[in-house]
Amino acid sequence: MSRKLLLEHINVPGINTLEVYRQKGGYRAVEKAIKTLTPDEVVEEVKKSGLRGRGGAGFPTGMKWSFLAKPEGVARYLVCNADESEPGTFKDRYLMTYIPHALIEGMIVSSFALGANTSYIYVRGEMMPQIRILEKAIAEAKAAGFLGKNILGSGYDLELYVQPGGGAYICGEETALLESLEGKRGNPRIKPPFPAIAGLYGCPTVVNNVESIAAVVPIINDGGDEYAKIGVGRSTGTKLISASGNLVKPGVYEIELGLPVEEFIYSDEYCGGIANGKRLKATVAGGSSVPILPANLTLKYANGEPRLMSYESLAEGGFATGTMLGSGGFIAFDEDQCIVRNTWNFSRFYHHESCGQCSPCREGTGWLEKVLHRLEYGHGKMSDIDLLVDVSRKIEGNTICPLGDAAAWPVASAVRHFRDEFEWHVKEPVKCLSSNYGLANYAVPIEKQAVAEEK
Amino acid sequence: MDNLVKVTIDGITVEVAPGTSILNAARQIGGDIVPPAMCYYSKLEGSGGKCRTCIVKVSKGSEKDPRPMPKLVASCRTTVMDGMEVQNITSPEVLEARSGVVEMLLINHPLDCPVCDQAGECDLQNLGYEHGLQKTRYEFERRTFDRIDIGDKIQLHMNRCILCYRCVFTADQITDKRVHGILNRGDHSEISTYIQAAVDNDFSGNVIDVCPVGALTDRTFRFKNRVWFTKPVDAHRNCDHEKCTGKVTLWYKGADVLRVTARKDQFGEVESFICNTCRFDKKATSDWVIEQPTHVSDTSVISSNHYETFKPLPVIKENLALQEANKVELEKTEKF
Repeated sequence: MSRKLLLEHINVPGINTLEVYRQKGGYRAVEKAIKTLTPDEVVEEVKKSGLRGRGGAGFPTGMKWSFLAKPEGVARYLVCNADESEPGTFKDRYLMTYIPHALIEGMIVSSFALGANTSYIYVRGEMMPQIRILEKAIAEAKAAGFLGKNILGSGYDLELYVQPGGGAYICGEETALLESLEGKRGNPRIKPPFPAIAGLYGCPTVVNNVESIAAVVPIINDGGDEYAKIGVGRSTGTKLISASGNLVKPGVYEIELGLPVEEFIYSDEYCGGIANGKRLKATVAGGSSVPILPANLTLKYANGEPRLMSYESLAEGGFATGTMLGSGGFIAFDEDQCIVRNTWNFSRFYHHESCGQCSPCREGTGWLEKVLHRLEYGHGKMSDIDLLVDVSRKIEGNTICPLGDAAAWPVASAVRHFRDEFEWHVKEPVKCLSSNYGLANYAVPIEKQAVAEEK
Repeated sequence: MDNLVKVTIDGITVEVAPGTSILNAARQIGGDIVPPAMCYYSKLEGSGGKCRTCIVKVSKGSEKDPRPMPKLVASCRTTVMDGMEVQNITSPEVLEARSGVVEMLLINHPLDCPVCDQAGECDLQNLGYEHGLQKTRYEFERRTFDRIDIGDKIQLHMNRCILCYRCVFTADQITDKRVHGILNRGDHSEISTYIQAAVDNDFSGNVIDVCPVGALTDRTFRFKNRVWFTKPVDAHRNCDHEKCTGKVTLWYKGADVLRVTARKDQFGEVESFICNTCRFDKKATSDWVIEQPTHVSDTSVISSNHYETFKPLPVIKENLALQEANKVELEKTEKF
């Protein structure tokens, strides 16, 4: 069993109440941080831990915190991004549902570190039950003196609010989230200025993912150095992975970063292999916006080395043969799944969720969706496949926020790795409606290269 | 003045005040290297960054940090740094990306230029001419909306809209009561006035001027004439509205004033916003004091019917002083 930091007590009955959470060592981090550490020391611990943002981009959290501008007399805000809505990702909802106090505790410690006296948890509108759970937890924490005026007699005040969003994927982009929180239309802002300089209501703001904030708790409890020992290289600590798709045991797993992908899929501790004795065809390793990989490249690098679950290892080989850890939404496809259909489904999502602010994304996502729909239903042409690549290339990198990239990458990578299947959809317009292309050679194991390139 | 920063755009160096955007620095240089701007409007705070036609490549970030920027950036919203080097039309990458953006802008555009009032003074038309493909690659039905009359003077033709948000900023910043915004999202987003409320405000007509395409049109001018058959003349009147300068362009056809608009500069931006009385109600020559014919760019289709090609008299060719005096006209003859 690997170490669990966030989900250690997930199965304890009543862990969602303050009482049980306290018995299991909860709110130790708040006491330690507020009573014995200065805000700068907390930031220093987080920096030492090497914690990287768990929302998708993987930006070091400690560094993000240290960028926060601290002008005199201006309020600072911490905003927790709980607008989790990427297809394939459901770790934050799980965490908020079962251990809401982990998030609240992380919020208190993080707000203390940043000197924020008002903090917000922006929860996706569809997650109404989680909003109620969080509000109840906040009320409990407030009654116990962990929130409100003069926390634990230290003179530090913190008010924590839960704000329901309108249920838009784009509001998970930090500046769109801030716009939405201010009560405006959730359009991403043009950066710079970054939120660390001018964020919520024009004040310096830090926006962090739920999991990043919750991970601050074990970092403060055990120390940043201890946390940094877990994991591999620059990917330190543990990560929640939302495993879904054709797996024997889909669900949320906490892994130590650096776990081999093969072990994650096939070991009984985690996903337990592919359901119904089928074979793995492809995976999306980090939520719908990261490039899709065929089974052989999922398990091994192009040179035959085993691939690990970490920020660097999943990205090994760039976009040609790699992918990204993203938000940890691990989707597995077995041999019966149609990649064209899946790509169309993802594209449909991005078409629906594009905010419509900048032209390449507004028009391009719809175009991709329509072309993929045509291919999936057997009306496609060979030229459509190149058209997809060209359109996705014209969206990528030309937009204000990363949603354009997120819409383009899955399409570009699906065509890159599964071109045969797209061509089959064009050549067999009738057959593709009733049957699938199958596994083909997507799972042919990559032989370890005999000659090591380095030597 | 040692606090000016140096920026090089397509090999031309200019010194500008700190905080200037790349686009405005390019406008100070002028000429072909000015990136096109569909959504940026210097008079509207917060505009820009949306249409992505003004993207440029920053090949050197600044003197201190010479790393190039990883992505193409929107020049209207990126401020210059000292020693920055920018590539606009000299970078094939930029031109390709820009033509990609133009293609995206056009896929849902109805291309009804033959019946569009904006034709001839349309930014999208110019862009399409410069960067567009001969033929669209989009083979699906275009998104359509119904035409909406917002008030008795303005018509919204949403099919043509490229969602630049200029009119939203105008409604927000120039007019008092905002009744104008964006509904829905993605490619279903539309400019709307919430339950078709009439836009009723002294300055609402300015949304027509800021619209880069023919989505917002003047109902008093609608289908009256093609813009290149009309003759623009600068004029003014003493408007009693305190915010209105009364400086306008009158568009004549024969003796009739068909349309009144605000005066536009060389980048297609109005010099000052005008009130609705000036725009919609004062359509007689007697209401105005005429100043001069409006300067229209030679490349504009509007100028094509009005001004004959200059044929220099033999005496000019011999006299240096006369050549100097007629420099602009002589350059034109060489250019064409």
